Amino acid sequence: MRRMISRFWRVMSKPATHLSLGFLTIGGFVMGVIFWGGFNTALELTNTEEFCVSCHEMRDNVFVELQTTVHYSNASGVRATCPDCHVPHAWSSKIARKMAASKEVYGKIFGTISTREKFEAKRLELASHEWARFEANDSLECRNCHSSESMDITLQSKRASEAHERFLLTGEKTCISCHKGIAHELPDMSEAAWHGKGDPKLVQSYLSSVAD
Amino acid sequence: MKKLLIPAIIALSVSAAFAENQVATLRGTAPLDENPDAPVIPKVVNSDIRQVRNYPEQPPVIPHKIDGYQIDIKYNQCLTCHARSAIEVSQAPMVSITHFMDRDGQFLASVSPRRFFCTQCHVPQSEARIELKNTFVDVDEVLDYIQSQGGGSE
Ligand code: HEC
Ligand code: HEC
Ligand code: HEC
Repeated sequence: MRRMISRFWRVMSKPATHLSLGFLTIGGFVMGVIFWGGFNTALELTNTEEFCVSCHEMRDNVFVELQTTVHYSNASGVRATCPDCHVPHAWSSKIARKMAASKEVYGKIFGTISTREKFEAKRLELASHEWARFEANDSLECRNCHSSESMDITLQSKRASEAHERFLLTGEKTCISCHKGIAHELPDMSEAAWHGKGDPKLVQSYLSSVAD
Repeated sequence: MKKLLIPAIIALSVSAAFAENQVATLRGTAPLDENPDAPVIPKVVNSDIRQVRNYPEQPPVIPHKIDGYQIDIKYNQCLTCHARSAIEVSQAPMVSITHFMDRDGQFLASVSPRRFFCTQCHVPQSEARIELKNTFVDVDEVLDYIQSQGGGSE
C-alpha cells in the first residue's frame, strides 16, 4: 500500500517527457471547461420546476397550491416558477442554497414530510426558514421581478399604494413582511391567527410557546 | 266540475308557456342542445371606499378584492389587517367588538370562533348588472315618507 502511494507520487511529480507543455495547458483548460460546464448543467437541471415537482412532496402540496395563485396564472401570462422565488441568482448564494438543500435530500430519503399530515406538521418551520431568508436578503427574489422603483403606486389600489408608500418606499418593511402566503397556503398559525399575528417576531413567539 | 277545472288550468298554463316559448330558467333562452354564451365575469369593486349600510345591523360589505385570501382553520388573512393589534399599521377598521363575544355574551380576548369565518357575513361587491329590481328602501326614506304624509313624529 505504502509502495503504491509512493510510486503514484513519483509518477505524478515527474515532469512530463512525452507531452508538450502546450498540450497539457490547453488539455487542462478544455477538461476544466467540460467539467465546469457539466457541473453547472447538472446544477441547472436541479434548478427547474420539473425537478422540484418530480418529488410528490412538492407536487402534491405546494405545487397544487401555487396553481391557484396569481403567480401561476394571471392576465399577462408571466409566471413565477419555484426557483424564481426559492433559488438565488448570484452564483455563490446559489451554491450555498444548494448545499443547504442536500439536507432536503436526506429528508426525502427518510420521508420527513412524506404525507400531507407530516408536511402540515413541519410547515411552520419550513415557512419560517423562508421568511427569515427573505427578511435577511430584503426579498431579493421578489425584487428580481418586482422593482419598487418601477412600481407606479398611483396605478395600484388605495390600500396597496398607501401600504407601499408608508412602509416599502421608506425601507421600513420588505415584501415578505406583508405578503406572506403569496404562493402557498399558510402554515397552521391558528393560535397566532386569533390575534392577527402575521409578523415573524410574533410567529417566533408562537413557535416557542408551542415548543413548551 | 271541479274534476275538470284542475286539468283545464294545467292545460291552459302549459299552452301559455308554449305560446311564450320561454320558461324562465337560469340558462336563459338558449335551446337545450346548445351551450349559451357565458356572461362576462363582472369586475370586483376594489375602490377601498367604505359603503353605506342599508340598515344599522347590516354587516358592512368589503370594498376591495379578497382573491386568494386564506380563511381556514390554519389562518385568517383578514385579521392580518383587521385585528385589534394590526390596525395601526394597516389603517383598516377593527373587527367589531361584538365579534369578541361568545354566545353567552362573554367578551373574549380576541375574535370568537363563531365569528371567525368573515365571509359568512361580509362579501365583496361586483359591478354586476342587477337582475331584479330591488324595492328596498332604508329607514330614512320610510321616515321621510311618513312625515310627508303628515305622520306623527312621536
Ligand atoms: C418570476 C417573476 C416573479 C417573482 C420572482 C415574484 N413575482 Fe410576484 N408577480 C409576478 C407576476 C407576473 C405577477 C402578476 C402580475 C399580473 O397581475 O399580471 C405577480 C403578482 C404579484 C402580486 C399581486 C397579487 C395580486 O393579487 O394581484 C403580489 C402581491 C406579488 N406578486 C408579490 C410577490 C412577492 C412577495 C414575491 C417574492 C416572494 C414575488 N411576488 C415574486 C412575478 C413575480
Ligand atoms: C406594509 C406592507 C407591504 C409591503 C412592505 C409590501 N406590500 Fe405589496 N401590498 C400591500 C397591501 C396591503 C396590498 C393590497 C392588498 C393585497 O393585494 O393583498 C399590496 C398589494 C401589492 C400588489 C398588487 C397591487 C395592485 O393594486 O394590483 C403588488 C404587485 C405588491 N403588493 C407587490 C409588493 C412587492 C413586490 C413588495 C416588495 C418590494 C411589496 N409589495 C411590499 C402591502 C405591502
Ligand atoms: C412567488 C414566489 C414563490 C413561488 C413561485 C414558489 N414559492 Fe414556495 N414559498 C414562497 C414563500 C414566500 C414561502 C414562505 C411561506 C409563505 O409565505 O407561504 C414559500 C414556502 C415554501 C415551502 C415551505 C413550506 C410552506 O408552504 O411554507 C416549500 C416547501 C415551497 N415553498 C416549495 C415551493 C415549490 C416546490 C414551488 C414550485 C412549485 C414554489 N415553492 C414556488 C414563495 C414562492
